[in-house]
Amino acid sequence: MADRNLLVSSATDTAIRRHGEATYPHECCGAMVGRDGRVTDVVALPNTTEEGPRRRFLVRPSDYREAERKASELGAELLGFYHSHPDHPARPSQYDLDHAWPTFAYVIVAVAQGQSTDMTVWFLKDDRSSFEEGTLHHGENPHPDPAPAVHG
Amino acid sequence: MAKILIPTPLRPYTDKQDAVDVAGATVGELLADLTRKHSGLKAHLYNDQGKLRSFVNIYINDEDIRYLQHEQTPVQSGDTISIIPSVAGGAPTATETTLPQLTNDEIKRYSRHLIMPEVGVDGQRKLKAASILCIGAGGLGSPVAMYLAAAGIGRLGIVDFDVVDFSNLQRQILHGTPDVGRPKLASAKDRLEALNPNVHVDTYETALSSENALKLFEPYDVIVDGTDNFPTRYLVNDACVLLGKPNAYGSIFRFEGQASVFGAKDGPCYRCLYPEPPPPGLVPSCAEGGVLGVLPGIIGVIQATEAIKLVLGGGEPLIGRILIFDALKMKFRELKLRKDPDCPVCGTHPTVTQLIDYEQFCGVVHDEPAPVAVNNATEITSLELKKRLDRGEKLTIIDVREPNEYQINRIEGSILIPLGDVPRRYAEFDPNQELIMQCKSGARSGRAADFLRSVGFKKVLNLKGGILDWIDKVDPSQPKY
Repeated sequence: MADRNLLVSSATDTAIRRHGEATYPHECCGAMVGRDGRVTDVVALPNTTEEGPRRRFLVRPSDYREAERKASELGAELLGFYHSHPDHPARPSQYDLDHAWPTFAYVIVAVAQGQSTDMTVWFLKDDRSSFEEGTLHHGENPHPDPAPAVHG
Repeated sequence: MAKILIPTPLRPYTDKQDAVDVAGATVGELLADLTRKHSGLKAHLYNDQGKLRSFVNIYINDEDIRYLQHEQTPVQSGDTISIIPSVAGGAPTATETTLPQLTNDEIKRYSRHLIMPEVGVDGQRKLKAASILCIGAGGLGSPVAMYLAAAGIGRLGIVDFDVVDFSNLQRQILHGTPDVGRPKLASAKDRLEALNPNVHVDTYETALSSENALKLFEPYDVIVDGTDNFPTRYLVNDACVLLGKPNAYGSIFRFEGQASVFGAKDGPCYRCLYPEPPPPGLVPSCAEGGVLGVLPGIIGVIQATEAIKLVLGGGEPLIGRILIFDALKMKFRELKLRKDPDCPVCGTHPTVTQLIDYEQFCGVVHDEPAPVAVNNATEITSLELKKRLDRGEKLTIIDVREPNEYQINRIEGSILIPLGDVPRRYAEFDPNQELIMQCKSGARSGRAADFLRSVGFKKVLNLKGGILDWIDKVDPSQPKY
């Protein structure tokens, strides 16, 4: 079982929230890059869905490749993606589940009336049956020790 | 030999390798080799039908295989294949958030629905979320309610106030022989809950009226009209139009039935087809004219099909079309219906903007208060008739029913002249002679009596309550129908 934790710095947290508020009432999306469960950089990506950006987001394959390239440039790896739920709770939808990739962290930020509220992180179960909620740690600790206090 | 590049999220399934060497002549063969070597990848690359998932993109060198020959795209030695994720997601849509989930038991029960793409899990959840109101638990209401319950409609309402009678059992399959004498709603609820305990059955033991119709219809998505009379049919139509709810309509008579969907957005309503009801008595009811027992089965199942399609939102609903079925010829005909811009209820300038008195609209005369009907000079009761016969009077009793009805029961000595033959045969009688007219319940014989008076007969009496009353009061040995 992968590590179901994600550490985001306050700068990362703010960047995701600002992105979600800026695109409100549409969904935003972006890639999260880092190492060992710690997000060091976020890459805002264009939402290219054709199904209506208020309810959907889509990252094109070319943008995905760009995100992977950016991660390896930084000597890091692609940890997952974030997206916003405008006027909806920060819980994954069936559509999120149907389109999820394993091991990636999926961060969802709820944006209510243009203001970001809850932020959660989710991981796909190995059998694709559902998402498992992870723990989102906030902090500046540049050297998080993944071992202690992880699963409580 | 070719190389497949593995994206980050799939590397845990390839022992952390970012590239895997595989063999095969086409992209499909390479992927098959890959999933053979690393079986954990299969569930993430392919769906349950064995097709590549829509968000899995396969590139050969820098070309998407969707623009080449898909999985049949040939591979040269040294080509590089990349698996590139499309990342997608989004907030729940309105349906996702409001639709109830299916339990494991429900998934098993509805499996034949779930495996059809036109229904599927989402469609079944729509059925579970749906509410349908059935007007009547009789001939049409029986198959409608049973099939809707079996199909998994979440909430089923039934309006009826009748009691199960032996004469219902030939077609009203909701009710069984032990139910005779019980309220129809009680036996309907038992039957439907036995069929599918997941369905919530609401029962309304009341006569549908202009006072209660809007309130009763309000919580339901679709109304199914299983009524057997014109006032209620117009009432159901108008209430559906006023509330903007679709009406899965059906009607039956003898060997013929009709079905359509009225009151749908931009579709015609019953009044576009029949702006005015027929004059009272012109169209006999099933109780007067009879009905083939299986006919409501056919028409009711069409209504249930349409109701389910309206909930699922697929196919071509019977909107703007009326289906006419003839069981004797075993033929369906279809007529096109247009929305009438001058329709009094759904037209551009409606004159009916609230529910009216439908009994009056349809010219139905009530037994009790109508002064003309209780005219002693034109009627005779069963007991009076019996008394006069017992006194030895020689009376001419004319039975205006059909021969097959006459076969079931009759007043001894009566002469059979079916209503339709009366205008041809009245000359057989003397206009000064007293005639006693009789039918099943007094309606047809009343019309015959009116006719005879209009052509100069001086003393015509109508037997009040018809042969049914005669059997009740005078001759209980005879069967009733």
